[in-house]
Amino acid sequence: MVEFALPANSRVQPGKSHKAPAGAKNVKVFKIYRYDPDSGANPRLDSYEIDLDACGPMVLDALLKIKNEIDSSLTFRRSCREGICGSCAMNIDGTNTLACLKPIEDIKGEAAIYPLPHMPVVKDLIPDLTLPYAQLASVKPWMQTQSPTPPDGERLQSPEEREKLDGLWECILCFCCQTSCPSYWWNGDRYLGPAVLLQAARWIHDSRDEMTGERLDALEDSFKLYRCHTIMNCTKTCPKGLNPAKAIGSIKQKLLERSV
Amino acid sequence: MTTRNRPLSPHLQIYRLPLLALMSITHRITGVGLVIGLLGLAWWLCAAASGPESFAAAQGIIGGFFGKLFLFGFTVALFFHLCHGVRHLIWDTGKGFELDKAYLSARIALGATAILTVLAWII
Repeated sequence: MVEFALPANSRVQPGKSHKAPAGAKNVKVFKIYRYDPDSGANPRLDSYEIDLDACGPMVLDALLKIKNEIDSSLTFRRSCREGICGSCAMNIDGTNTLACLKPIEDIKGEAAIYPLPHMPVVKDLIPDLTLPYAQLASVKPWMQTQSPTPPDGERLQSPEEREKLDGLWECILCFCCQTSCPSYWWNGDRYLGPAVLLQAARWIHDSRDEMTGERLDALEDSFKLYRCHTIMNCTKTCPKGLNPAKAIGSIKQKLLERSV
Repeated sequence: MTTRNRPLSPHLQIYRLPLLALMSITHRITGVGLVIGLLGLAWWLCAAASGPESFAAAQGIIGGFFGKLFLFGFTVALFFHLCHGVRHLIWDTGKGFELDKAYLSARIALGATAILTVLAWII
């Protein structure tokens, strides 16, 4: 359902302000979405003044600094701090990206930080990702075969066949693209979304997989696949430089090829 | 832990839509606009069919400032929808999804819309 406005319990209220320490010269303001499930209050936007001379270069460094030195209640996911785990996906400066890969200096003016868009918020910057994970499971993202495994080794693939998976296997499932898609905002309950469809494409194009037809059957649906209107927010926002829009196009292409 | 009543994180309110997304929503809006605009054109044709007097009355409205504005908006919407539709045709062949190509085709579509609109009003 298309609902442009936020529900009453989700409207963001003004929040607290944390000043920079006296003598700080290189101050940047971070406006951060806060939601405390225990208080029952609406989400709010807290502002934190950070001395960049005493902070690492990435947005994740600023978040860690806030958590360590200013407000230990700030809650967010993070792990590898080098763009491979996908935990710190959030909306920074109006675009979804990984906090660990986003340089603070790339943000002009105040830095606004929100959780991934149009998701239920567990706490602060942590969205509930149950739905996309369930959708991912629904496309069976593993190799399915019917023929017996070769007795003397692995299922082989030519370099050309392997090349078809480039741009697909690198996805880290951070769901930046998934939650950047307006189609997914309005029809997330039925549209699978760019991240999940990219995973579907990764197995459809795998020469070793033997259930390609069944995979295509499962996607041939006006909602699951065809809610993609090539808005391309997914490709624009992907922190790994992948192209979900192209992957989805390739699935549509496969469906077309088999029907003519 | 409470799982009900979780707030929905902000979306349209905070997302900075890139040009490509704006092109897409404009395609949708112009499509709806064209359907509504066609009603106006149908009304004009009906007036023409029902005799010289009603045609003159309709012509008076269409020829007025707001009528011209409506026609101008209609031509812009028509050409935008046409040019952007060509982008969709190219995408349907499986090509043009790379970001640089998508931006190029967006700019070409915008430029073509402007040129076609100006041509339509000069001729």
